[in-house]
Amino acid sequence: MCENCTTFRKGLFAHRLLIETGVDGLYGRSGVFEDVIQRFDNLITSFGGGDGADVVRFPPGMNRALFEKSGYLKSFPNLAGTIHAFNGNDKAHADLLEKLFAGEDWTEGQEATDIVLAPAACYPLYPTVAQLGPLPEGGRLYDLQSYCFRREPSQDPARQQFFRMREYVRIGSPEEVTEFRQTWLDRGRELIGKLGVPFDVDVANDPFFGRAGRMLANNQRDQRLKFELLVPIESVEKPTACLSFNYHQDHFGTLWGISQHNGETAHTACVGFGMERVALALFKHHGFEVDKWPSPVRKALWG
Amino acid sequence: MKVIIRKLIEQHGRLPVAIATLSDDQDLYATGLTSFAAVQLMLGLEEAFDVEFPERMLNRKSFASIDAIASCIAEIAPQKAVA
Ligand SMILES: [Zn+2]
Repeated sequence: MCENCTTFRKGLFAHRLLIETGVDGLYGRSGVFEDVIQRFDNLITSFGGGDGADVVRFPPGMNRALFEKSGYLKSFPNLAGTIHAFNGNDKAHADLLEKLFAGEDWTEGQEATDIVLAPAACYPLYPTVAQLGPLPEGGRLYDLQSYCFRREPSQDPARQQFFRMREYVRIGSPEEVTEFRQTWLDRGRELIGKLGVPFDVDVANDPFFGRAGRMLANNQRDQRLKFELLVPIESVEKPTACLSFNYHQDHFGTLWGISQHNGETAHTACVGFGMERVALALFKHHGFEVDKWPSPVRKALWG
Repeated sequence: MKVIIRKLIEQHGRLPVAIATLSDDQDLYATGLTSFAAVQLMLGLEEAFDVEFPERMLNRKSFASIDAIASCIAEIAPQKAVA
């Protein structure tokens, strides 16, 4: 153990796996860290790649009008990140610089753009699927990965503001999407089992905002709509959700007007992999030096 | 009280059926009440009856039928139950 590794976070910095930026939850990643992410990404593909998913990659931003329609602000107003930009003339530029150099707030003239930060990899997908018209028989399956943003600054390295989420998203009949979720609940256990970290799978809820949110969270739990695969990283009592398995029922299908081939509203489900969280779980349980990780774990990742 | 509850379900529930056709013990979720509509209904009930539902009542079961809602309100505000 190195002398600078008094906490897991400090150890990650000391070993140059994560690089501090001065903002909690906003970090650079080293080549070694990125290699682990890439190998884990490949391991996911080794489980799901044979299913014939359409691969789609969105940038970490989405159309603001579609984001507004998505209902995210109803449930998570506190987590959303919007992109604002300068949209003024020379005079406004001079004002901005004056305030900047005086150490005053220069941001009040910034205007909201038509882009917001993606809160989950699947949010930009649904409206684009709706545009394709009714689903073909058998529904659709997508493979996504994107950086996502959630405004929750924390000293816990497993809670970052910018992080990557890999997802498989199933859109189809209730039977098709619930079967998809069950398949991934099984695969998720097997996959994380190969990584030699302790884990548990449990019913979960999203962090809905406010008192209304308490009710949404209880509803979600009562209906067992969300499961998480949890690994202890910062604490044993409050393990970190590394994978999530979500059944949205017809929520997105109704919202975006996605219908099945028989005309009924489509149901959706997704499995999400918190890429940084899984990498951090590996560093937490096997140490900061990847070449000293147990050989079955190295074999699972590097072959 | 149930008259008011029915009026609020009509206002906030966004159900695909006429409220008059609902029996007091009918499952509102099976009738088409969504989670988001249930939240709006919950807030509407709080305002109309001037109550605050405690944490333990903020769940699916409490708003599952007109009877269920009435018994929650009767429990937290017995004086309103006669209204
Ligand atoms: Zn998703």
